[in-house]
Amino acid sequence: MALLEVKDLKVRVEEREILHGLTLTVNEGEIHAIMGPNGSGKSTLSHVIAGKPGYEVTDGQILFKGEDLLEMAPEERAAKGVFLAFQYPVEIPGVTTMNFLRTALNAQRKARGESELMVPDFLKKVREVSKSLNIPQDMLKRGVNVGFSGGEKKRNEVLQMALFEPSLCILDEMDSGLDIDALRIAADGVNALHSPKRAMVVITHYQRLLNYIVPDVVHVMSKGRVVKSGGKELALELEESGYTQFEDAA
Amino acid sequence: MPAVQETVERVKRIDVDQYRYGFETLIESDKAPKGLSEETVKFISEKKNEPAWMLQWRLEAYRRWLTMTEPTWARVDYPKIDFQDLYYYAAPKPKKTVTSLDEIDPEILKTYEKLGIPLREVAMLEGVEPKPGEEDPARRKIAVDAVFDSVSVATTFKAELKKAGVIFMPISEAIREHPELVQKYLGSVVPTSDNFYATLNSAVFSDGSFVYVPPGVRCPMELSTYFRINERNTGQFERTLIIADKGSYVSYLEGCTAPQRDENQLHAAVVELVAHDDAEIKYSTVQNWYPGNSEGKGGIYNFVTKRGDCRGNNSKISWTQVETGSAITWKYPSCILRGDNSRGEFYSIAISNGFQQVDSGTKMIHLGKNTSSRIISKGIAAGKSQNTYRGLVTAHRKATGARNFTACDSLLIGDKCGAHTVPYIEAKNSSATFEHEATTSKISEDVLFYCVQRGLSQEEAVGLVVNGFVKDVLQQLPMEFAVEAQKLISISLEGSVG
Ligand SMILES: Nc1ncnc2c1ncn2[C@@H]1O[C@H](COP(=O)(O)OP(=O)(O)OP(=O)(O)O)[C@@H](O)[C@H]1O
Ligand SMILES: [Mg+2]
Repeated sequence: MALLEVKDLKVRVEEREILHGLTLTVNEGEIHAIMGPNGSGKSTLSHVIAGKPGYEVTDGQILFKGEDLLEMAPEERAAKGVFLAFQYPVEIPGVTTMNFLRTALNAQRKARGESELMVPDFLKKVREVSKSLNIPQDMLKRGVNVGFSGGEKKRNEVLQMALFEPSLCILDEMDSGLDIDALRIAADGVNALHSPKRAMVVITHYQRLLNYIVPDVVHVMSKGRVVKSGGKELALELEESGYTQFEDAA
Repeated sequence: MPAVQETVERVKRIDVDQYRYGFETLIESDKAPKGLSEETVKFISEKKNEPAWMLQWRLEAYRRWLTMTEPTWARVDYPKIDFQDLYYYAAPKPKKTVTSLDEIDPEILKTYEKLGIPLREVAMLEGVEPKPGEEDPARRKIAVDAVFDSVSVATTFKAELKKAGVIFMPISEAIREHPELVQKYLGSVVPTSDNFYATLNSAVFSDGSFVYVPPGVRCPMELSTYFRINERNTGQFERTLIIADKGSYVSYLEGCTAPQRDENQLHAAVVELVAHDDAEIKYSTVQNWYPGNSEGKGGIYNFVTKRGDCRGNNSKISWTQVETGSAITWKYPSCILRGDNSRGEFYSIAISNGFQQVDSGTKMIHLGKNTSSRIISKGIAAGKSQNTYRGLVTAHRKATGARNFTACDSLLIGDKCGAHTVPYIEAKNSSATFEHEATTSKISEDVLFYCVQRGLSQEEAVGLVVNGFVKDVLQQLPMEFAVEAQKLISISLEGSVG
């Protein structure tokens, strides 16, 4: 069943059109990879799906579980299961990671009409997940991402993903800034979340990540459109020959 | 004792007991006539059964006040106050004492509900039960000396304090029962001639708290006063005097809420702290008076003079304040570091939203040798508000080795508000080391979106980010206060982002 349907999406930022009619369908249980040159609009697409302000959708549609996503506030989308692991996670000084996780999780649960998670249950869950991601407990006592290394920030994103159990995970360049071991740990974390009900959209520049997180479909984006889709071998092909072959198609 | 004298004494005692037990008998609410004159001052003094010296003191202040003009240097703007159009004294009506929740302004109850805590009075009067193994229960109890309108009506925990030798009572009572202490210390930190509002307060102050902690005593509980403004158009002139004798320690909490109203209300409190050798006073305030409606009308004008005197060697005074309310805040809790090795601290969170105007800060006056001070100020401006930090740090010629560290951080929410930092630094000897850091930042859209993407509403996100911003100061508050203050901060920023 289709989880996410992006239909002919046109998006403007400050009077400039960035996405020129983008179409993408992601079914439950699938892993999609999006590749494409710098500035082709990958992050823009992920932001529009998550509901970041400042983007004007001039045409097209985004359906999530059949519902009109563009009608929903960003926090509503989060509660319904849209998760975006940011390319550049921000720092929030003075707010401990633990407190942030709990506040966010409870906000989502509340929005879904569920009860707050009891503190012991919450702690148990966080401990389990952080252990599997090699995140020391000390880090959770620090301000959100404050003084975290690039790799730690990315792992913190995967930690949240594991904790919130979203149905759509968009990972924007989660491999950038990760060393080889950290990449494997993070990828294992992502793979552990793979389930028949959950879909992943993995944005990356490097085929290497796709050795760990194996995609069902690979899309090539160029100049604000999806210009080619294929199986995982498409990523290898791109690694060989680069993006120039698609420039004209765009 | 002659019969007449005995009767007089007994009548006085009844009067006192009525305060203590919350007005079981009916007392008519009485107000002084509108306006300010020697008659008003006499009326107040008489109502309070004051000795002649107290009336004299008030009258001198009043005469002084007549020669003074309102200060205009603060960055606040308000219509001229007609001091003859105010009432200067109002005793509480019996119905205003809180015996059931129905009697409390629904607006206040709503705020409590949002704060997610049971009524503050209830929690305080019953003491807060510590979690197992957390802290000595006695330390966490809080004594309340509630000030309703202008008269203190309830004092609890008296017995336990008495056992420790701590005097904690309405100042009106202290004037009668401990005249030697009051005469010795009242006006010794903030002289009657100090400034326009302090002088006014000296003439007409209605009530407030008095605390004396004897030598070597660690006060067995946090002392707390809970202010309210109930009467329409009544100026509030609280007077608080806290003395920590040699080697003693006391922590004092002050907090207030106010019901909604139309007219602006003047509030000019004076707080004096005296710390003798090796003594420490910790004074914490959470202030959330009515800031005015969405057009900025009707909020409270808060002109406060708070000053602590580190009179003894090795003494310490620490001010912590969370200011979220009032239409206008004019407030500079200060420390005079007179004793050698004395230390002054000022931790402040000042939040302004809507049309609020805050001009607040501190003065650290280094007089003794090796004195040190620390100022951490966090200003948050939202809506169309103006938020100014104004601070003075001076080292006297003889204050060798004086040290100060100041950090002023301002956070702006939206682009219609303003934050200003006005530091004055004066070192009259070369061995003083003063450090000053200041930052101004805007709340970042990316940070807010990050939070919102994780499920927080825009308002929750702002509350969370702001609470992170002020964390260093919140940590200075006693636990009970910190939790409440944290929620209060979120509430006071409601509607600050589109
Ligand atoms: N807020 C903005 N204002 C103006 N231009 C923007 C804004 N955000 C994105 N753009 C432009 O939109 C285009 C697409 O940017 P986007 O960040 O989506 O690319 P990307 O595919 O994620 O690139 P990268 O691989 O470098 O991360 C770029 O040309 C970028 O400059
Ligand atoms: Mg990008």
